[in-house]
Amino acid sequence: MRSTITSVWSLTNRFLEWFGDLGFFAWQVLRSAVRRPFEGRELIRQLDEIGSRSFPLVALAGAAIGAVLALETRSSLVQFGAKSMLPAAIVFSIIHETGPVVTGLVVSGRVGAGIGAELGAMKVTEQIDAIEASGVNPYKFLAFTRIVACILMLPLLTLAADFSGVMVGWIANTLVEPISFHKFIHQGLAGTSFNDFLAPTFRTSVFGLIIGMIACFQGMRTQGGTAGVGLSATSSVVLSSLFVILADVILVKVILVFFS
Amino acid sequence: MMLPEQEVLPVVEQTREASIESFAASDAPAITVRGLHKSFGSQIVLNGIALKVGSGETLAVLGRSGTGKSVLLKLIIGLQTPDSGSIRIHGQEITRLDLDALNEIRKKMGFLFQHAALYDSLTVEQNVAFPLKRHTKMTDSEQRDRVKELLAAVDMEADLEKMPADISGGMQKRVGLARALALEPAILLLDEPTAGLDPITSGEIDELILKLQEEHDMASIVVTHDLHSAKTIADRIALLHDGNVLIEGGFDDLAKSTDEFVSDFLKRDS
Repeated sequence: MRSTITSVWSLTNRFLEWFGDLGFFAWQVLRSAVRRPFEGRELIRQLDEIGSRSFPLVALAGAAIGAVLALETRSSLVQFGAKSMLPAAIVFSIIHETGPVVTGLVVSGRVGAGIGAELGAMKVTEQIDAIEASGVNPYKFLAFTRIVACILMLPLLTLAADFSGVMVGWIANTLVEPISFHKFIHQGLAGTSFNDFLAPTFRTSVFGLIIGMIACFQGMRTQGGTAGVGLSATSSVVLSSLFVILADVILVKVILVFFS
Repeated sequence: MMLPEQEVLPVVEQTREASIESFAASDAPAITVRGLHKSFGSQIVLNGIALKVGSGETLAVLGRSGTGKSVLLKLIIGLQTPDSGSIRIHGQEITRLDLDALNEIRKKMGFLFQHAALYDSLTVEQNVAFPLKRHTKMTDSEQRDRVKELLAAVDMEADLEKMPADISGGMQKRVGLARALALEPAILLLDEPTAGLDPITSGEIDELILKLQEEHDMASIVVTHDLHSAKTIADRIALLHDGNVLIEGGFDDLAKSTDEFVSDFLKRDS
């Protein structure tokens, strides 16, 4: 019993310590953000690295979701005689939930692991120390640019996932029962407003903040050589995915309250 | 009367400019360390260490592994903060400076890391240009010329386009030196410049450091295990033991010492 209490206490302590360190890290990044220089070149490099290079994977994931939704939902709706609802079910599902969450999780995997491993390797090979020793703020140069790039790129990547999902959903639907794209979209968007589209897409900026912040934090606190780098990459993916899912639950509630 | 627009600096900039001017003109020793303590958990690494390095002088810091030699360098450049004690750079206390002021001091210091710490996503040329891009108003062509000049000084001008992973350890050290010298520092800190290199390459690095010191007249601290290298490049040697300076002076002073640890240390290397 005592050992259980001790291990729960130790786990709680480590969790609180991690949160405290994350808060301090976020404060350092925020403080560096308001100081010159604004690292425009590095930000553009990161926008390309995080945005353009994630595009194919995100579009492919969106397409897969579109196809699966079309095939799975069709049989259910046919059973209930609501086949005409299929375009609306696909479009609504992709735009509202599946597109943003799949994009968040795919980017957590690709970008979270990439940032965690890259910054982790830089930490253990003293490259981050070298940046600091040359009078450059690593919180600004390395962390701020990556976090901002994640925040800006996630909504755009979500649009790509939404688009490819809807397109492939239409193609999968058409292969079974031909329908024009115009009619598909018209039925799909019936009864939806701009807010239905805007809020879910832009909530992925919060996912971007979470992914960028956690991956940079885990990377820049790496210890212990190559094993530490591996651990940072893994923990970046696991923690950012976990917090993206948690944030999704909270943000869905917030969106329902304020935008419905 | 109003000054022309370009001569009016913001207050912060005026203070900074004045600080840099006084930094360069100061008669105080380049580096003064007093009563420096640093512990990691229960492990005491530095226990009240005191050192002075004058302008144009080179001090070699020797000692067993884990005696805090590299920690000392990292404290001097502000990468770590001491538990207590004072570090003055040209008379200016740096342990209580805010980040912006510390970065101004860092621009006047060059640091060669033990494994060179080149940015592995950048080419050799981009590595050396990194501090120039950040801290100077040089045009791209001026930067290129300066990088070529720096790389020529370390015999690496033929490898501009190579990535750090494609060059040897000795070449990485040379590029690291060129990067450390990019902003013409008044102080050079070298962390084990010959570690992991064969004797011939070590000799070449020593000669290079000597040549650069003569050309640039910098105050230097060289942390090393290599006694031969220390004899070649340093004016004075400080031997660390138990977190403090056990003996400091010329190599002859160390050789004459009757202290058992000093004798053992010198014997092991001879």
